[in-house]
Amino acid sequence: MNIPFRVRLPRILPIIVVATTAIFLTGCFGDDKPWRGKDISSLMPELAFELTDASSDTITAKETDGKIRMLFFGFTSCPDVCPATLQKLSRAVNDMPEQWQDDTRIVFVSVDPQRDTPEKIKNYVDFFSDKAIGLTGDEKALRELSKRYRTTFSYDDPDAKGNYNVSHSGAVYVFDREGNARLLFKPGLSVEDIRTDLVALAQEGRA
Amino acid sequence: MPLAAYLTPYDFSPVTILGCMLVLGLYGYGLLKMPEEDQPGSLRILVFVVGVMLCYGVMQTQFDYYSQYMFFVHRGQHLVLHHLGPLLIALSNPLPVVLFLYSRIKPGIRHALSPVKWIYRFLQHPAIASFLFVGLIFFWLWPPIHFNAMLSRDLYWIMNWSMLLDGLLFWWLILDPRSPLSSNALGYGKRILLLALVAVPQIILGATIVFSRGMVYDVYEVCGRAWPMAPETDQLLGGLLTWIPPAMMSILAILIILRRAMREDGKTPLYSKKLEPTHS
Repeated sequence: MNIPFRVRLPRILPIIVVATTAIFLTGCFGDDKPWRGKDISSLMPELAFELTDASSDTITAKETDGKIRMLFFGFTSCPDVCPATLQKLSRAVNDMPEQWQDDTRIVFVSVDPQRDTPEKIKNYVDFFSDKAIGLTGDEKALRELSKRYRTTFSYDDPDAKGNYNVSHSGAVYVFDREGNARLLFKPGLSVEDIRTDLVALAQEGRA
Repeated sequence: MPLAAYLTPYDFSPVTILGCMLVLGLYGYGLLKMPEEDQPGSLRILVFVVGVMLCYGVMQTQFDYYSQYMFFVHRGQHLVLHHLGPLLIALSNPLPVVLFLYSRIKPGIRHALSPVKWIYRFLQHPAIASFLFVGLIFFWLWPPIHFNAMLSRDLYWIMNWSMLLDGLLFWWLILDPRSPLSSNALGYGKRILLLALVAVPQIILGATIVFSRGMVYDVYEVCGRAWPMAPETDQLLGGLLTWIPPAMMSILAILIILRRAMREDGKTPLYSKKLEPTHS
């Protein structure tokens, strides 16, 4: 028995749509971006903060506009992730062509304001790089900032001496000169990868 | 943190709050205005409200904070949004309330709603519904997509809402209270088949996560966890939550459908022809 096509169509249409969608979706997962870090251009909001700098003055993101900024959350008593990351970022900046070095800033935000005074943070970041800015704020401001960039931090219970660990993000958020979110450096990225991306960002509109 | 603070939203979403208020408000309005004989019993009302409040709770309390920064809590959130909440809502059979509310809509507006009806019928095709049900789980758990969804606030809300709406569509299709003998509702055999079919890929996915040696979802490493927990433990628990409870809920739903089918066993289908004597 032959069933006319126009009668069969409504029955087979959903199956056709399922198959087409499945084929279409397989094309969504390709990542052909030239960046070594993760491209977050369309995922995250522009850089915005109001924190305390080394001189205990309030500083906003706008005041750092014009530079490529690498935002990193940490604390000065951190035994591993923070020193390793700051070292890596500092080496990557130093490896850049000299003309671009002053266009970059490492923005280290301490999420441990209890122990990290502005002066302590300044001494800490200065040890790694002269292109680094150390910032902090009250816990509410820090929570808001970390929430804005979809990250968090928490404090472990203090030991007998009152020392405690702080769990925090290991990622570095990179913003261009206009403050647009551009890249996310995961902890596994090499100095060379970071340098390559920073140079590419620095060359945008300037080359 | 005081108890009340746990009940405040971590990421305030007006759409979610208004959506839940609207659903509960319309349901309450329908209950008060509809004829008493059509009203659902108190247990059914309770099940409906619990279903809605569970979905609200995992999206607009501090539970959402832990869902964003712990993989296994995130899996728990989706278990509620895609399975438990919609299952309870569908099981409470809000159809009489919906039909009453629909009867109150003016004919002109009803006519304007016809494209929505068309989309609804299309999405409720068994092939589409089961493909979407499993496809959405796989889509949002595809590692690069999952990474993006957890980084972007907009994508995060799209993910949660798509899971909830799809859960409602699927469980409504499965637990449709109308009998296939007297309506165009999906046959019981097909419903059972769908439930078994959607369970298999979920089991495979959950087991894949559980037995993965490396970190599949590194976004929780990158963005920090809500409390210190070994990443492997977090992933293992998340995998188990993807694997076991959804499979159990498929079995539970199959038992519910079987019970309905057995109750209706022997009843005459509406459109069946009467047997006529044959003359040779």
